[in-house]
Amino acid sequence: MVMYAIQRVGLALLICFVAMTVLFTLVYVIPGDPATIALGPRATADTVARFRMEMGLDQPIPMRLANFIGMVLRGDLGNDLFSRRPVATMVMEVLPHTLALIASGLGWAVLLGIPLGCYSAVRRNSLVDKFTAVISVGTISIPSFVVGIYAVLIFAVELNWFPSIGAGEPDDRWDQLYHLVLPAFSLGLGWVGYLARIVRASMLEVMGENHIRTARAFGLREPRIVFRYALRIAILPTVTLLGLAIGGLLSGTVFTEKVFARPGIGQLVVDMVASRNFPVVQGTVLVTVGLFVLATLLADLVVAWLDPRVRAGL
Amino acid sequence: MSAPAFDVPVVTIERSGFLRSRMIRRLLGDPLGLLGLLLVLAVLFCGLFADWITPYDPFKIDVPDRLQPPSLIHLMGTDSVGHDLFSRVIKGSQIALIVGVLSIFLSLAAGLAAGLAAGYGPRWLDNILLLIFDTIYSFPVVMLALAVITLLGSNLQTIVLVVVVFQTPVYARLVRTSTLAMKNSEFILAERSLGAGAVRILARHILPNIVGPLFVLGSMDVPSVITLEAGLSFLSLGIPPPAPSWGRILFEGYSRIFDAPWIVVAGGIPLIITTLGFTFLGESLRDMLDPKLRRVL
Repeated sequence: MVMYAIQRVGLALLICFVAMTVLFTLVYVIPGDPATIALGPRATADTVARFRMEMGLDQPIPMRLANFIGMVLRGDLGNDLFSRRPVATMVMEVLPHTLALIASGLGWAVLLGIPLGCYSAVRRNSLVDKFTAVISVGTISIPSFVVGIYAVLIFAVELNWFPSIGAGEPDDRWDQLYHLVLPAFSLGLGWVGYLARIVRASMLEVMGENHIRTARAFGLREPRIVFRYALRIAILPTVTLLGLAIGGLLSGTVFTEKVFARPGIGQLVVDMVASRNFPVVQGTVLVTVGLFVLATLLADLVVAWLDPRVRAGL
Repeated sequence: MSAPAFDVPVVTIERSGFLRSRMIRRLLGDPLGLLGLLLVLAVLFCGLFADWITPYDPFKIDVPDRLQPPSLIHLMGTDSVGHDLFSRVIKGSQIALIVGVLSIFLSLAAGLAAGLAAGYGPRWLDNILLLIFDTIYSFPVVMLALAVITLLGSNLQTIVLVVVVFQTPVYARLVRTSTLAMKNSEFILAERSLGAGAVRILARHILPNIVGPLFVLGSMDVPSVITLEAGLSFLSLGIPPPAPSWGRILFEGYSRIFDAPWIVVAGGIPLIITTLGFTFLGESLRDMLDPKLRRVL
C-alpha cells in the first residue's frame, strides 16, 4: 500500500511537471512572435513590450522554463497583463465559488445516482430499473449548458422560482445556496444517470460472485448482504469515476458559470480569453490541472485503501 | 515475403454480408437503437442536403420580420435580425457534422498510428507515449481548449486541433492494448516465424482486427465533439459568425431569453436530437459488439 501510494504520488507530480511544461511551451510551438500572436494584431507596442517582459521572452527557453516552474512552485502564477494583479490572487478570489458549484453538482448526483443504481441492480428489470436506464442514457448525452439554459427558461423566466444570475449576497449563506440550486442542478444532472449506470453494472457483477452466494448460504439477511458485502466492493469503480468526474465538472463549470453569470474560474478564463490575457489563462488552467490531478490521485488512494486486494500489496 | 514451403489451409471468414445483415436486424429489433438510427439519419440528411431543404436563406437578414415567434411561416421563429431560425438550425447541422466527423476521423488515424507504435514498438517509446497520454488526460478538455484558443484564435482549425489532441490518446490506448494482446498470440508468432516484417504484421493482421470496434467507438464520440463546438460557440469562442453554429444560436438567443425564448429553444433542440441519436445508436451498436457488456448493463 505504501509503495503503491509513493508510486502514485510520484506519477501525479510527474504529470503536473509535464503539464506545466506543456502550458509553458504552448506559446512557443506556434510559429511567429509569441507576443504578437498572444496579444493579437491590435495590441499596442506598450502591451507587447510588457508581455515580453512578463513572459521573460528576452531569456533562453530552458532558462525561462526553469524560471516558470520555480515561480509556480512558490505559488506565483504571474501577473495580469493589464491590471498587473497577481494571477494567484485573482484565482483564489473566485475559486471558492467554483468549488462550491462542483461540490453541490457532484453532491446531488452522488446522493441520487448511487442509491438509484443500487436499487436498479437489486430490483433488476423493475419499473424503476427500466425508467432509470432510459432516463440515464438521455441525461448523460444532453450537454450541461443546454440543460442550464432550459432550466433558466423554465424555472427562472417562466415559473420565476429561482434566480437566474449571480452567486447571491456575499454574507447571506441562504441566498448563496438559493442561487446555487439551478447551476448545481444543471451541472450534476448528467452525472446522476452516469453514476446510476456504473453502480448498477458493478453491483450486478459483484452480486453474482461466490462470496455473496456464500453469504446467502449462511443465511445472512439480504440488506446486510447488499450494504455490507456487495456495495462495499461495487462502490470502488465509482470512486475512481468520481476522481475523473472532477475533470469533466471543471470543464462543465466554464459553461454553467457563463449561463448563470456566476463568478468562478470558468467565468474568469472565458473573460481573459476574450481579452487575450494569456498569463491569466495559463495560470488558471494550471490551477485546474492541479485540482484535477489531485482529485484523481485522492480517488486512486481511497480505492487502494478500501480495496483489500490493493492494501495487501497484490 | 517468400512463399511458405508447405500448404497453409486458407480459412476465409465471411465478414461483411452475414455480419452486417445480422447487425441491422438486431438494430431494428431494439427500439432505442432504431430511434437513434433514425435521428442520426435525420441529422445526416439535414447536413448533406441543407442547401436544398432550408425554406429560407439562412443568412438573409430580414429586419421587418425580426423576433417573430414560431408560426407556420417561420417554424422556429426568427431572431433579432430576422434570420429564419429553422433554416439556420438545418444549416447548422452541416457545421456540427463537419467538426464532429472531421476531427474524430483525424483522431482515429492519429490514435491508430500512436497506438500501434506504443503497442508494437520498443518499451521506452511505449513509456513516453503513455506519459504523454496521461498528461493530456490531466487537462480538463475545455480549459486546454480555451488556452489554445487564446493563442490561435477561435476558428474551425483550432477546434479540430484541440479535439485531435484530446481524442488521440483515447483511441491510442485502445489500439495499444489490443496490439499488446495480439502481439504474442499464436497466429502472429506463426506469421513472424515465416519471416514477415513488422509492417506486414501490423497492416495485414493487427490493423484489420481493431479497425471495426475502433470506428464504432469513434462514432460514439461524435456528439461530444459537436457539444464542445456548440459550447465554445455559446461562449462566442467557437466558429466565428456568420456561420449558424447551434451554439451561436444559443449565444444570441440567451441575451433575449426574456422577450424571445424561442431562439434558445431553437438552438438547443438540434443539439439534444443529435446527442440523443448518436448515444442511442452507439449504445445499441456497442451492445452488439460486446455481448459481455450487454449482459451487465
